[in-house]
Amino acid sequence: MARIELTDLAHSYKPEASVPADFALKPMTLTWRQGGAYALLGPSGCGKTTLLNIISGLLIPSHGRVAFDGRDVTHLSTERRNIAQVFQFPVVYDTMTVYENLAFPLRNRGMEGKAVDARVREIAGLLELTSSLGRKARGLTADAKQKISLGRGLVRPDVAAILFDEPLTVIDPALKWELRSKLKALHRQLDVTMIYVTHDQTEALTFADTVVVMHDGRVVQAGQPDELFERPAHTFVGYFIGSPGMNVVPATVEGNRAQVAGQTIDLPLSYDPPAGQRIEIGVRPEFATLAPAGEGLPVRVERIDDLGRARLARLRLGDHAFAAGVPDGLDGIGDHAGLILQPGHIHVYADGQRLSGRA
Amino acid sequence: MDRPYDNRAWLLVLPVLAIVAFSAVIPLMTVVNYSVQDTFGNNQFFWNGAGWFKELLDPSSDLGGRVLSSLGRNLAFSGIILAIEVPLGIAVALAMPREGWKVAATLVLMAMPLLVPWNVVGTIWQVFARGDIGLLGYAVNKLGIPYNYVSDPIAAWVTIVAMDVWHWTSLVALLCYAGLKSIPDAYYQAARIDGASRWAVFRFIQLPKMRRVLIIAVLLRFMDSFMIYTEPFVVTGGGPGNSTTFLSIELVKLALGQFDLGKAAAMSIAYNLVILAVCWVFYTVMTNLDVERPQAETGAAS
Repeated sequence: MARIELTDLAHSYKPEASVPADFALKPMTLTWRQGGAYALLGPSGCGKTTLLNIISGLLIPSHGRVAFDGRDVTHLSTERRNIAQVFQFPVVYDTMTVYENLAFPLRNRGMEGKAVDARVREIAGLLELTSSLGRKARGLTADAKQKISLGRGLVRPDVAAILFDEPLTVIDPALKWELRSKLKALHRQLDVTMIYVTHDQTEALTFADTVVVMHDGRVVQAGQPDELFERPAHTFVGYFIGSPGMNVVPATVEGNRAQVAGQTIDLPLSYDPPAGQRIEIGVRPEFATLAPAGEGLPVRVERIDDLGRARLARLRLGDHAFAAGVPDGLDGIGDHAGLILQPGHIHVYADGQRLSGRA
Repeated sequence: MDRPYDNRAWLLVLPVLAIVAFSAVIPLMTVVNYSVQDTFGNNQFFWNGAGWFKELLDPSSDLGGRVLSSLGRNLAFSGIILAIEVPLGIAVALAMPREGWKVAATLVLMAMPLLVPWNVVGTIWQVFARGDIGLLGYAVNKLGIPYNYVSDPIAAWVTIVAMDVWHWTSLVALLCYAGLKSIPDAYYQAARIDGASRWAVFRFIQLPKMRRVLIIAVLLRFMDSFMIYTEPFVVTGGGPGNSTTFLSIELVKLALGQFDLGKAAAMSIAYNLVILAVCWVFYTVMTNLDVERPQAETGAAS
């Protein structure tokens, strides 16, 4: 049980790192509160696993410090940090039985036999492994092996945090849902900090109460799922979360007016964009609707995708691709139509970072 | 189900049959043929039935006694070198570097003894262990330890065992190293997370993952050491006395020294069967070692 603080943390795999490109993890300061359910979301190679390994102590960061409840553990070995980690691919001890696998982390720490037994049986019950406790781990399916790996992470009662490194990759989709809900239930029950690494936004948004989005070694936004959706702090968050991602188009912004492809859009707030930076505006397709030609901004319609629940229009606004929702009852759309943007959901970005406007 | 039969397919198998026949079946049958006959030279043969085999199995006869005592020496030799080379090979593999230029350097260094021809190995050690001019023999004698492999059976055994260990431990080490390299990092990381001791890592991760290559290593080293001929022949010539006369040396003495083709043939067949039988036993035992056995709920008991 602990609050995890990362202060000016950065890591480079190269011994002499100077330029930012040398860093797998760029300087960050971040606090993970005790008992939180966090998801660390980002594409492959963005530094998620590096960050996780630094927290668990498998990797010593080249810069900055890691503290658990204010105690500096930066150079403390994994064994002495009291942290559990579950890996992407199942790691089981082949020659042991399922029971021995689950008991292994406890016995290594000198837990007394009766307590071990009670704990192992409890966790096995939660993961529905009770019936195979006496079996050798070798012959089990990948699903069952990964459950054992999860079990070994969950079995220690006193850990500061449990880290999951894309633990459900090898699990079959139907079971994935079930295990994820189980993890969520366990989180509520055990009151332990959980950090869950994934590149799957659905997984992140359903598991976590705080999602930390990483991009290119940087934390670009940390927040609740609805914040990430409604106010992406970085165009990357806009792209990465949501399906399809946010529409981002280059624009010039002056005060409360934006110029996009020769059209003027009124903004609810005023902005003073810094000179010399790439200015873009971003609107999620959910907040953009297609209208008959003549209303809103003139757009060219490329095609309409029927997604079953809703229809999605693929448009051209000037030269820029744009996606927008099609309201029910709007039929017989020709090549040209109008586009209406909900004013409160238009964001202005300078070099990818969201600008906050003035009223 | 109706399937068309076309016997012309047999023609395609013929080349293989011919090659196997000439390379294996016909030579083997020649040996079987010799084993039931006696000869006094001049290419004259006399039928002897199972006579040689009976003699072979009778320790009181000359042939039976010689075969039995050299068989004992063979088993002792294989047992000793396996007991040294397997643990030593594992230890060396564990100590080998995992990355960087040192890997290539170590691999080349380890492969060196394997590339030396058998009779050269014998010659090297014959000279190396000599008391008058050999570095090892001279040094050991200077330390005040009497050591002379020509007259002392124990010294002779120590020499050929040391020679075999020098020659072949690399093979075991390289095989184990390959086994170790195939273990994903996640296993070591998980072990650190689980707080496993160094011994537990070896016992529960490294050893199980090396099991398959170890089976191969043990089988190869057993078969090779059981057939050993060249090195002891060069170093000790089977002596002093008969103390390092192995089955293969005995066999050559019989076949080429005394030209007892019948006895030699019977002995080769027995020799071959012993190797096959021991390998089969090894293989069966090692592959079944931890196959899942039905067991009662072990939870509370363990």
